[in-house]
This record gives sequence, structure tokens and C-alpha cells, in this order.
Amino acid sequence: MKMLNIVLSALRALQRNKMRSFLTMLGIIIGVAAVIAMLAIGQGAEYSVKEQIASLGTNVLMIFPGAQQQAGVRSGAGSATTLTEDDASAIIRECSAVQYISPGAFSGGQIIAGNLNWSTSIQGTGIDYLEIRQWPIEYGDFFTEQDVKAAAKVCILGRTVADNLFLDASPVDQTIRIRNVPFKVIGVLTKKGQNAMGQDQDDVILAPYTTVIRRLSHFPNLRYILVSATSLKEISTAQTQISELLRMRHKIQSYEADDFTIRNQTDLASTATETTQVLTILLASIASISLLVGGIGIMNIMLVSVTERTREIGIRMSIGARAKDILTQFLIEALVLSLLGGITGIILGVVGSTIISSIAKWPTFITAFSIILSFGFSIAIGIFFGFYPARKAAMLNPIDALRYE
Amino acid sequence: MIRDTALSSPRTNGTLIRIEHLTKVYKLGEIDVHALRGISINVSKGEFVAIMGASGSGKSTFMNILGCLDIPTKGSYILEGIDVGKLSRDELAMIRNKKIGFVFQGFNLLSRTSALENVELPLFYGATSTKVRKEKAIEALEKVGLGDRIHHYPNQLSGGQQQRVAIARSLVNNPSIVLADEPTGNLDSRTSVEVMGIFQELNNNGITIILITHEPDIADFAKRHIVFRDGKIRADKVNDRPKTASEVIKSMPVIDDEEDEVE
Repeated sequence: MKMLNIVLSALRALQRNKMRSFLTMLGIIIGVAAVIAMLAIGQGAEYSVKEQIASLGTNVLMIFPGAQQQAGVRSGAGSATTLTEDDASAIIRECSAVQYISPGAFSGGQIIAGNLNWSTSIQGTGIDYLEIRQWPIEYGDFFTEQDVKAAAKVCILGRTVADNLFLDASPVDQTIRIRNVPFKVIGVLTKKGQNAMGQDQDDVILAPYTTVIRRLSHFPNLRYILVSATSLKEISTAQTQISELLRMRHKIQSYEADDFTIRNQTDLASTATETTQVLTILLASIASISLLVGGIGIMNIMLVSVTERTREIGIRMSIGARAKDILTQFLIEALVLSLLGGITGIILGVVGSTIISSIAKWPTFITAFSIILSFGFSIAIGIFFGFYPARKAAMLNPIDALRYE
Repeated sequence: MIRDTALSSPRTNGTLIRIEHLTKVYKLGEIDVHALRGISINVSKGEFVAIMGASGSGKSTFMNILGCLDIPTKGSYILEGIDVGKLSRDELAMIRNKKIGFVFQGFNLLSRTSALENVELPLFYGATSTKVRKEKAIEALEKVGLGDRIHHYPNQLSGGQQQRVAIARSLVNNPSIVLADEPTGNLDSRTSVEVMGIFQELNNNGITIILITHEPDIADFAKRHIVFRDGKIRADKVNDRPKTASEVIKSMPVIDDEEDEVE
């Protein structure tokens, strides 16, 4: 019996019991669709976590002045241990792996706007701060190079500050007073929410760092420098370049320790990625269980089918079917069931994930790997769970099978 | 194809079946059941044999062995020169496919499968191309007078028509013998005679037919009677004046137009 004929007759046999074949397939369909969707959702989660971490700034380095752990043992004297604006401009000029830089200063205090007031921190930043933090302006503008040079009294409000000081009114072009210094509000940031530590990142006011240093904090040096590398991979290069540059600029001897600290967030990123990968595996294994249950469903139906079609098997044997032919026939039937189920499941899984991502606004990724995996899995299930019933059919005694009522 | 050469028939001088001292013993738990106690017969090409006997006489067991569905405990069964007792399960299946055509009491057609596909079925298990398979199946169906109903399903056919499909199926591979096990057991008397008419016609065209029946009326259409009792042959005689189905039909009153009636 040729393979094509066997497949055709298997299809015909399944067609004769449409409802039952469909219900049997449903197990595999749901299993495969679940595996595909779960993997897609998991990978989507991985992606969005990566994205969020990138928005926290995984390619971001923070440079702090002084070796903080060596409080009493400062090596250099005076200004050499701290970061200056010149250091910042040297870094952006000379370190090739650095893309953006934002010198940092900060202050805090009571902010007054009209009859409302609010206490928050004022971050002095450079013009590329928002690029580094990947934090867009909701409306209004950010300050310019000109504002930085002139130490202009302009500021941008975080969402929380804007809500508290201006309620529903637009803060742009309004004036607020920070420690009695009037600032013109030129923009409002989009809502960023809490950071990993649970702090409200929107409870902030941004102003040019020059303004903060000269008008508010009166602390002449930089509190920190925020730097973003050209890419995630370039982080360590950037770190080395900055370290070498600063050591040279600060005239640190080779035997001396750094008078600055560079921190990065790659640890956080890798932990988060690992977590989501574990989540993906967990989801996929739960889904695989449903695939397994689907396989048992196939075995169950094939066993019923063998019993029910004992007479047919007897007829086929009496007209010349060998045990091998019967085995192949039932195995192919199981395989066709699981394959059709698998293909339908893949389609359903893909459509399902697309719907999930459009409704839940959750990115989903369907990889070739997950399709091949579930396809292969459904074939394996067809063979594995189809074999026992098929063998049972093939081993029937033709006389008994013919007489079976 | 080694198997084909194994099945190719040496010259047998017209003897199709040679059975010698055949016994069959079933084990039912501790008890041995002697279904056949030494059977020896020869059947030549072109014969029309009726095997008769009450139930329990061993005729069904004999039929199973003849049909290569079962193998003898002792003794030899040589079909066209091939010692069937020495064949494997798969080789027996090949013999059933190529040399034996079965017709059963209960028709044993695949339900929800058209007449054509039912008849094609034995050819599936040989190496026949789709085109040849269809041609042969149609030819066989035409032989039994069902050329116009090839796409009907068994449940759309009367009992007599279903049995004719079964006969067509048994013929489609040009077998050496057609084995009919109570082929008229489920049919009314008129249809029974019609089916016997088909067998007679096939026999006239040279096909060897072995018919198992317990009805003397039906056995009368055969040319030779073998009577079984208690696992032994009680009688083996030539039927000098077999009835002719076409004549019997003429003498029967017409009750109903059975052909168009669906069971």
C-alpha cells in the first residue's frame, strides 16, 4: 500500500468521524496554540523588560566624584578629587564609546506656584539628559545649549510636580519659585512611574545644571556625570575610556586609587533578563503539559477507534492487509490527527498572540524556534501515542477480528 | 520481489487444492477442542464445491484454514503448489490478497465507503497504480451487474446489492478460488437465488468456487457436495444435476421489486 494511499485513506477515516476527530484534535490544537502563545508572550515579556531596563538606562554609566569608600584617605587635595564641567566636556570630546553626556547637579526645596506649594528635588542636567534617560517631553520644550550657557532660569516639571502645583491647568509659561528664585516652566515630562526602588521618578524638576549650581546649590563642582554608551556592548569600553581619561586628567599615579566611581546597571539588566527567561520556560512547560494531555486524548480515541473498527481490521486482513499495513494505517491516522491539530494549533497560536498583543498592548514574539518546537512535538506525540493502539490493531487475529460484533 | 517468486505456482495438473490429513486442535484453557480430525480432499480448477454441515461440524474452521486465515495443527494444505502451513503471517496475507477472494455472510463491506472503493480495497495492498485499480474495480462491479452503482454507499444498497459488491471485491484480484461463507445467510430466498446465479456464472467462466452453507437448497446449485460432521468428512459426492439459478428464478413468484428497496 503506497504512502499516499494510506494518508488519503487515513484522512477519509477521520472524515467519517468528523466530530470525534475534531474533538481529539482539539487537545493538540489547544496544546500547540498554548505553547506558541506562551512562548510568544514570554519572549514579549523578555523584550519589554529589556526595553524597560534600557529605558532605565542599561547603557548608562554614572560617574561620581571621590572614592566613596575611602572617606579618610583621600589621595589628592582639593578640586582634583571632584568632577568638573571640564571633565564632562573632555569625556564627550575624547571617549569614542560615549554617545551622550549630562553633567549633574542637584538641589531641593520648597517650590511655590501661585497659592500651591510642593517640596521636591531639582536636578540640574545637560541638554542630552532626556536622550540618556529615554524620557520624552509630554508638552512644551526642553532647554537649549543657550540656556545652559546662560544659566537661564527655566525648568521642566515631572508629571507629579506638575499635577501638584498646577492641578489641571497647563504649567507651561507659568512661573514657579524655587527657594525664592523665579523659574519659567517651559515643559512637562511624560509620566515615567516608579523606579526599581519604588521612588516616584516623576517627582522631579529638571533645570540646566549651570542654573542649579549658580542660582540654587552654589556647590561649584558636579555631583555626578551621566553618560550613555553608544550601545549596550560598548559599556565596558566606555567605562575604560572614561576611567583612563579621568585618571590622566586628575593626575592619578598608577599606584593610586581612582578618585571617582563609575557605576553601571548591567547586573540589573542580566538579572531581569534571566527572570523573564525563567518565566518563559515556566509558561512553556505548563503549556507542554496540555500538549501531553492532548496526546493522551489521541491515544484514547485511537484505542476506541481500534476496538470500534475491529471488524474493519478483520476485513482488511482477510483481503490481504499485512500486520505492517494495519500498523501503518493506524499510525498514520494518529499522525494525521496530531499534525492537523498541530498546524491548526500553530495558526491559532499565532492569531491568538497577535490578538493578545493588540488587546493587552503586550509585545509578543513568535519565533521560528517555537513553531518548529511545537510542530515537532505534535509529530512526536502522534507517533508516541499512536503506536500502542496501532500495534494493538496490527496484532489482532484476523478470524477474531472478522467475527467481532 | 522474492515473495512473488515464492508464490509463483509450479505445475499442478489442474489440482488447485490438495489437503492431506488436516487436523486442527484449539486449546480452550485446559481442554483441547478437536475441530478437524483428519481431512483429506483435492479440489481441481473450475470446480464449484459446497461444503455442508451443521454448526460445530468443523466447516467454519476448515473454511478459515482454506482461506489462509488460520493454519492447521497437523497435516498439509497445498494451494497451487504452495505449502501454506509453512508460510509466515505476512506471506499468508499475500496469499489471501492474490489467490483468495472472500465472500461473507454479513457482506463485510466497509461502511461509509463507496462500492467502488470497497472493491478497490484488495488492490491497495498490492502494487497497483491508481488508474489500473479503478479500471479493474469498475470491471468487477460490471461483472456482478452493479456498473451503475459504483458510487453508492453500502447503506444505499440492498442486501443483494451489497453481497454483489462483496463478490466484485473478491474477484478484483483474479483469485484462484472464491471462498463464500454462508453468502446467502442474510438474504431472502429470491435474492439468494440471484446471488447463486452470479456464482454459477462466474463458475461457468472458469472460476473455482467453494461455498460453505448449511442450507441444502443453496448447496443444490453447486456441482460437488462435501458434508462435514464432527470434524470429519461424512460424504463427498458429485451433484449430478445442479439446479440452475436462472431457471429457479423463473419458477419463483415475484413478491417485491427488491432491487430498488433499500435495507
